[in-house]
Amino acid sequence: MTKYPLWKYLLITLAVVIGLIYTIPNFYSEVPAVQISNPHAASAIDTATLSSIEANLASNDLTPSGEIFDGKMLKLKFNDTDSQLKARDIIQKQLGDSYIVALNLVSRSPNFLSKINANPMFFGLDLRGGVHLLLEVDMNAAIKKTLDKYASDVKRTLRNNQTRFGAVNINNNSIVIQFRDATAASDAAALLKKDLPNIALNEDGNGNLEAIISPTEMDKIKEAAVKQNMLILHNRVNELGVAEPIIQQEGANRIMVELPGLQDTARAKDILGRTATLEVRMVNDDQSDRSAAIAGNVPSNQVLLDDIGANGAITKILVKKDVELTGDNITDAQPGFDENGSPSVNIRLDGTGSSIFKQVTGESIGKRMAMILVDNGKSEVVTAPVIRTEIGGGQVQISGAMTTEQANDTALLLRSGSLAAPMNIVEERTIGPSLGQENISKGFHSVLWGFVAIALFTIIYYQVFGVISVISLAVNLLLLISALSMLQATLTLPGIAAIALALGMAIDSNVLINERIREELRHGRKPHIAIESGYEHAWATIIDSNVTTLIAGLALLAFGSGPIKGFAVVHCLGILTSMFSAVLVSRGIVALLYANSRIHKLHI
Amino acid sequence: MEFFKIKKDIPFMSYGKITTTISLLTFILAIFFLFSRGLNLSVEFTGGTLMEVSYSQSVDSNKIRTILNNNNLEASTVQNIGSSNNLMIRLPNKKGTNSATLSNEVYNLISTAAPNPQLKSVEFIGPQVGQDLVTNGLLAILFVCIGIMGYLAIRFEWRFAVAAIIANMHDVVIILGFFALFQWEFSLTVLAAILAVLGYSVNESVVVFDRIRENFRTIRGGKVSAIINNAITATMSRTIITHGCTEMMVLSMLFFGGPSLHNFALALTIGILFGIYSSVLVASPLLMWFGVDRANLVKTPKRKEEAVV
Repeated sequence: MTKYPLWKYLLITLAVVIGLIYTIPNFYSEVPAVQISNPHAASAIDTATLSSIEANLASNDLTPSGEIFDGKMLKLKFNDTDSQLKARDIIQKQLGDSYIVALNLVSRSPNFLSKINANPMFFGLDLRGGVHLLLEVDMNAAIKKTLDKYASDVKRTLRNNQTRFGAVNINNNSIVIQFRDATAASDAAALLKKDLPNIALNEDGNGNLEAIISPTEMDKIKEAAVKQNMLILHNRVNELGVAEPIIQQEGANRIMVELPGLQDTARAKDILGRTATLEVRMVNDDQSDRSAAIAGNVPSNQVLLDDIGANGAITKILVKKDVELTGDNITDAQPGFDENGSPSVNIRLDGTGSSIFKQVTGESIGKRMAMILVDNGKSEVVTAPVIRTEIGGGQVQISGAMTTEQANDTALLLRSGSLAAPMNIVEERTIGPSLGQENISKGFHSVLWGFVAIALFTIIYYQVFGVISVISLAVNLLLLISALSMLQATLTLPGIAAIALALGMAIDSNVLINERIREELRHGRKPHIAIESGYEHAWATIIDSNVTTLIAGLALLAFGSGPIKGFAVVHCLGILTSMFSAVLVSRGIVALLYANSRIHKLHI
Repeated sequence: MEFFKIKKDIPFMSYGKITTTISLLTFILAIFFLFSRGLNLSVEFTGGTLMEVSYSQSVDSNKIRTILNNNNLEASTVQNIGSSNNLMIRLPNKKGTNSATLSNEVYNLISTAAPNPQLKSVEFIGPQVGQDLVTNGLLAILFVCIGIMGYLAIRFEWRFAVAAIIANMHDVVIILGFFALFQWEFSLTVLAAILAVLGYSVNESVVVFDRIRENFRTIRGGKVSAIINNAITATMSRTIITHGCTEMMVLSMLFFGGPSLHNFALALTIGILFGIYSSVLVASPLLMWFGVDRANLVKTPKRKEEAVV
């Protein structure tokens, strides 16, 4: 038998050592931790903040048992959940709303391991508990909303240029504006072309101007809607204080949100799905119009809304359909109290918003303006104050019939922005923490007892070569777990099943080799020759059979979603590690045992 | 220790007609059950809401059903699982109802039956998602078939590719037949198991094929059937031992893995058993009938260049 080259031994040793280092973190248990980050700035947590947090905690008799600080995120470990919860409240109060202070679990493994990115395997929701949501963006609504915005842009441009125009109608993919005659229409077209370069303008010669949104522009609108919704989901999830959220686009119009460890699913769904946005519109205070509207005769460009008074009484209020300003122009919103001490939301507007607001208030002194909260398609007047002076500077306070909690939620929703389009939950998976724990232990026991059974049988059946097979199978398990830890691939229950199956299938390579050696011996070959040709013949078969299994694994990876994907990742990795360990490792051990000695009888 | 000390080759090929007929009958039976009973598809495919709740005391599933019915929520299944403290509720998708709030509503209602139910899991799948899953599942099976056939055609020859895929698709159909017959729940995890089995039992055929090819090279003369018989006999020990080992692992999942892995392990068990049968007793006779002979293989002088290890 040829000697086994040194570099292969080195390769095996290297693989096993790296495998061990990256597997070790999985053996440590987890400790409760408080996780602090600042989404607004890249590195807002500095050493000064760190020491001030520590000092503050110390003054409250709390000492973290450990710290992990990676420049962006600070994790403080605590010995029990009680001090974790206390610390969270203290830190949140100290740092204020701009920081995200979330509860998390952190591995007890020593810091030098996490420094080289040796972390425990990343458990999926079915193992750690939490909420998985698949949200579908309502594209028709997104397009409608964009058309509405274009329409009000068109109106503003025309009005600012003192151009008279008739009705503005919104169709499926176009806006039709009526003018007095064809010349007025073409004058307006020239005017609008400058301000709206992305829109094709068609004149029909009868004074109608049609602004058509091209299909490419439509696609852009859809893409932008998904992107904006994802951004806003990020903001809202951050507000919820979830430690390791995942937000991903899936397909053209779906967004996946995973919130590990979250318990209050009802609130999460409520906050994520809400489409709340603020609209500022003018009020029609003409009493005869109002009574006509209440009788059912609402003017075409106006709408009758509920205004909830301070004592909870609902009065009807007639407002114009034209939106002067929307929540898109809000840069910040904080809950507060007005001069009468009732809860309010204090809003800061951006540059455009401020100038529009200044213009609107300047033009309409003495009239009433309504602050309308549009939530899930329902419009509600929060407050409708009389404009006394022109308001510049972009600071707006809205107060009406609100509880403190409502003010908080409203501020949160306005702050995190409004969704480009409403979303529907098309898939939801909630896994309680107890079930997660149960799944981990069941998966673990399946792998353990399966491995023990295979090991016992193989050792009895193949003796020395059985021991070698079991060692290479153990190396396979080690490499697989370390690969999963290194890649931080999400491990789910089907993933654990794939680990078990990978081991059950990996033994095949060893059996192939052992059977082949036995056969060679039966044919009367000398032990060294039998080993040599046994490995050689088995290798071609091992390649063929693993490639076919890998093809199935890749198909699962490509077309699978959810639980199937979790299975497929581990399945594919398992095939690769099993090829390495069955061939290189077991061969190496055999060479170590037999290469330099004369063998009279092989124990196989 | 050695279980199989077979001196003479077993004449498997002379039983070819019988074994393939048995196979065909099982296959037809499986198709029959698939059409007559259909698959008991999980909520992932059909869409709907599935909730698992555990109480600190035992609950009567009928009582819960009545409560839900009285509130216009028609549950398709309300049953105790594991113990009488645990409850599984399955509700179909209904047009017009807001599915996001449905689980909260149900939870509030069932809290009135007995105090403090603990919500173990909720799964809600919209109708469109289920449709996508079915499409993707079928695509995956198609991709696996094409991929495996392509690989075998390159590595061996088209006859091997066709024989292997027929043998293994027949395994897939038989697994589905079992799931239809016993109305076991067919979930995404079961689909994963089936695709894994597809790869795994092709593996089995490949081992035999590899040996047939080798025999064509090393054994001069001799009938094709004798060569195939020898290949099967020589690899039989490995076949039984390997599958025995894999099955040990699968049984471990069946016994320790709990309800989530139960059907996964069942699908694998059936797949493994029929995988052995079909690779040996279906794929090989097919190969013979397709007219494989030495000329098909030896003209591609592909030395095993990978044999340097």
